Amino acid sequence: MISIKDLSKIYLTANQRIVALDKVTLKVEKGEIFGIIGLSGAGKSTLIRCINRLETPSEGTIYVDDQEIISLGKKDLQQVRQKIGMIFQHFNLLSSRNVFDNVMFPMEIAKIPRDRAEKRAKELLALVGLSDRLLAYPNQLSGGQKQRVGIARALANDPKLLLCDEATSALDPQTTHSILKLLRDINRQLNITILLITHDMNVIKEICDRVAVIDDGAIVEMGKVLDVFSNPASPTSKGFVNSVIGNEIPEELLHLSRSENNQSVSRVIRVSFVGASAGEPVIFRMIRKFDVEASILFGNVSRIKDTPFGSLTLELIGPQSLLQEAVDYLRNQGLEVEVLNNG
Amino acid sequence: MAESLLGSVSFLEVWILEKLLMATWETIYMVVVATLLSYLFGLPMGVLLVATSKGHIFEHSLINRYLGGIVNAARSVPFIIFLILLIPFTRLLMGTSIGTAASIVPLTIAAVPFVARMVETSLNEIDWGLIEAAISMGAGTWKIVTSVLLPESLPSLVSGVAITTINLVGYSAMAGIVGGGGLGTLAYYYGYQRYENSVMWMTVIVLIILVQGVQMLGDNISQKIFNNRR
Repeated sequence: MISIKDLSKIYLTANQRIVALDKVTLKVEKGEIFGIIGLSGAGKSTLIRCINRLETPSEGTIYVDDQEIISLGKKDLQQVRQKIGMIFQHFNLLSSRNVFDNVMFPMEIAKIPRDRAEKRAKELLALVGLSDRLLAYPNQLSGGQKQRVGIARALANDPKLLLCDEATSALDPQTTHSILKLLRDINRQLNITILLITHDMNVIKEICDRVAVIDDGAIVEMGKVLDVFSNPASPTSKGFVNSVIGNEIPEELLHLSRSENNQSVSRVIRVSFVGASAGEPVIFRMIRKFDVEASILFGNVSRIKDTPFGSLTLELIGPQSLLQEAVDYLRNQGLEVEVLNNG
Repeated sequence: MAESLLGSVSFLEVWILEKLLMATWETIYMVVVATLLSYLFGLPMGVLLVATSKGHIFEHSLINRYLGGIVNAARSVPFIIFLILLIPFTRLLMGTSIGTAASIVPLTIAAVPFVARMVETSLNEIDWGLIEAAISMGAGTWKIVTSVLLPESLPSLVSGVAITTINLVGYSAMAGIVGGGGLGTLAYYYGYQRYENSVMWMTVIVLIILVQGVQMLGDNISQKIFNNRR
């Protein structure tokens, strides 16, 4: 659906050269929800805005549906933009138009015959649950309702791709949840590819299939959301994962060494469960099989899109060789195990 | 004797009132026509000033610089000097430089750059996100101007019309002094040259009412548009 190769964006100011994007390469498959997460200033906004050329990249190529974007002339670009929907953090609805006419706007641009456009606008507003607010003005709506109008508007010209530029960042958690659910329904029902950027790992967790972590203009990690959650490789990714799972262990705990003596040592380990294994009594079996003591320091179970995902932090106490075997056993059971202290 | 005196006084007053009414009408006529004409030229100029500015929908530094320069030059000439400077041009255009119709020429030309700047200020108040949203939908420059820039800034534009109109009321009085007609001429001939203070005061009162009326009307319409959107 989207294929980006070696995309760079460099801003030149009088005495500075700012690299906003540094040779970004990524592919978004048809029908998936792809998330790009990064801190503010990481370049994620620049990246998404290059795709419909709100921003002109300095180097690289972008294909959307086999259509090269960067070399497009003005008229062709306008045509292509009509088929790429976009929603924004601050909704960007026209205050001079009511809800219905806001949804009509992109169809006016695409010169869709009025009667057909009106029918479509009503359908879309029904889809986003705003059939009873057609004549309201944006100022009379709540944030969540405004974003629903934004979504209906973005879908008006039957786009194959929907770009979401921090679409839930101005909303409270509950509204965020309902907007994300709507996006997911749209993704399923209309088979629209969604590319979203966010700084909130919860958004990624809730609806994305794959995620790219962007830091300082470069993609530092990319993969299935479950993989990134269970085994974040880069420090940035770890930070984001921790922001959701909340499994940071206080330093002091790692260095307690309270029961260490000649025979037994202490290891603090973090075990991640994904999918079906989250339901199995693996830890219990390990304790039975090896003669080690285990105390639970911290545990957390949540859901990543449709898959249960758990994380458990344990302190294992026992002879060093036995501990190693226990850890290996857990790994053989298909669990992700991270040893947090090493004696 | 007393009766005829009374009669002559009331005759005088009727005569003055008629003059006043006539002059008021002339002022309204000049101001309204000049306002309309100045927007006919000033509105596109203001839109062009904004659209051609850096990073905007029709970026064009040459047009922007020249247009901005012309506007600034025109705005730095005091109106009274404009009035005299433009006499040959007015004569060329209207056949005369005296009278209500002829006054419309300098009034309009003086107001156009003012209007252009007012429009520019109004359009610059628009949140860039709205323009960007329209661009992302594939809108062209013209569509953005007609569907985003102008409708979104309408309340502010209306306030600008009121300010322009009020300015033109003042300018029209100045034009009156050099034979432009309207309340300015009345005040000058009767109030200043004939020391008829009452006439002077009457024109002042009429002017205050005019300005007050325009301001209230402008505020009202602007507020109504706002309220409709809330």
